[in-house]
Amino acid sequence: MKLENTMKRRQFLKGTLGAASLVALAGCDNLTQSGWFPSILGMAEKVTDRVQRAITPTKALAKEYTEADLSAVFPANGNTDPGTQVYDHMLRNNFSDWELTIDGLVSKPTVFSLAAIKEMPARTQITRHDCVEGWSAIGKWTGVPLGDLMHKVEPLAQAKYAVFHCADVDEVGIPYYESMALHDVFHPQTILAYELNGRPLDVPHGAPLRLRFERQLGYKHAKYVTCVQLVESLTGIGGGKGGYWEDQGYEWYAGI
Amino acid sequence: MTSLVENLPDTQSPANDPQKRSALPTLPTIPVGVKERVYRHKLPVRLGHWLNVVCVFILIMSGLQIFNAHPALYWGDRSDRDRPLLSIRPIRVEDGSIRGITTILGHSFDTTGVLGYSSGSGRAFPSWATIPSARWLAMGRQWHFFFAWVFVLNGLIFTVYALISRHLTRDLAPTGKDFGEIGKAVKEHSRLRHPKGDDSRRYNVLQKLAYLGVIFGLAPLIVLTGLTMSPTIDTAFPWLLTMFGGRQAARTIHFIAAFSFVGFIVIHVSQVILTGFLNNLRSMVTGWFVIKQEGIHHEA
Repeated sequence: MKLENTMKRRQFLKGTLGAASLVALAGCDNLTQSGWFPSILGMAEKVTDRVQRAITPTKALAKEYTEADLSAVFPANGNTDPGTQVYDHMLRNNFSDWELTIDGLVSKPTVFSLAAIKEMPARTQITRHDCVEGWSAIGKWTGVPLGDLMHKVEPLAQAKYAVFHCADVDEVGIPYYESMALHDVFHPQTILAYELNGRPLDVPHGAPLRLRFERQLGYKHAKYVTCVQLVESLTGIGGGKGGYWEDQGYEWYAGI
Repeated sequence: MTSLVENLPDTQSPANDPQKRSALPTLPTIPVGVKERVYRHKLPVRLGHWLNVVCVFILIMSGLQIFNAHPALYWGDRSDRDRPLLSIRPIRVEDGSIRGITTILGHSFDTTGVLGYSSGSGRAFPSWATIPSARWLAMGRQWHFFFAWVFVLNGLIFTVYALISRHLTRDLAPTGKDFGEIGKAVKEHSRLRHPKGDDSRRYNVLQKLAYLGVIFGLAPLIVLTGLTMSPTIDTAFPWLLTMFGGRQAARTIHFIAAFSFVGFIVIHVSQVILTGFLNNLRSMVTGWFVIKQEGIHHEA
């Protein structure tokens, strides 16, 4: 009798807990699909952004590693070949006619040839690349500090963001772009890299010019960069959220 | 709860016999075999507890969603993909079918149906274990980081409350006597015998150690290893990387800590069920806990 009751009670508890968790799960999926709940969840990004910026010194450097720490294979993620006619043509010419345009809210909009960029003082850094998916890889990047380019074009006072336009498009033709706050542009480790592990960038890793934005996640590190545009607001560019992945629900502030 | 009726005070017991009562003035005012209601959990503890239930439930399941985006763990700073400590992947076998294969430290297990491949799709953790249930990393992250903030603030508020109200020193900190009774408590618990009557007024030593371990050990560990995965936080506090052995090591520890949390929850809920599910549940909802006095205690 007593055992029977215990069994019944156990079944009842199991049933209750199981049903409760199923209801809770379905509830979570319903909340996800609603319009209002994700916008509440999204408030966390702004809190994280403010708090992380407040406790991180502006010029603090991301950890730099040694040659011994390099990843044997540095995975290439996202678009690994722009594959457009224009890009393929440039690739065949070894990118000799690749140009980087810096315009928007600057006093002196300028077009830099790849050769001119490579002649500027370079910075080499061995850093860890953290993908939003969870993996990390360590690579040695050489490029020109973006701040040095900025000093040549002289940003205007109202410029708040730098937008990076890229040569790659996804399978439905949406171009890749990214953006960062203007003060991050002047961080010493923010570089436009043209070499990985001592060799010119290959196509999967963003040849001939890709961004390194060491204190944020991998999708912020735009590849195949053709233009840096300084703007006051991100609305009206792409989907308006400040980047290709941001337009699909990923955080603009990718510090975690 | 019906059993309480059977334990109604015996009219012949000394405490209820007016003549004998005067002869025994030191007997407790609570009659034997009767229930006593005690206010066991104060409101801030109850609120914090249930908020934590919500947070941990969501954090674990959205965490599994995030894990599914790269279902492998490593040590150190890099992900050397040929040398994972753990991986959970769908693998096409010789006969053309897809199996879920979990590999831990080089040992592979077929976990089809739960891990690696479930309900016709290749995914590390099954859809019933993740938030959202579909594969959706961006949304999983949104849930995770929002409730991570709630979890951290809840923990900080609880800590301040526990210090100021002396909940920490009075109810949670083990006493010297407690430490002397660890052996006995382990023996009793392993036989599923739990403190009853007056002994259930306070947390026993194993409860105290478990709660302190989770609140001040496991929870901070899970938060700090989570923060170590942040490239910005690593810039501000590089010692985090040193402390945990690298970003990928921190990710592995974060994962192990999350499953330790699951282990704690399983034990915790079992204990709650074994020691009177409804009574325990009521005490964590309303604060009131019923203690059944047993005659033997009072006859000495």
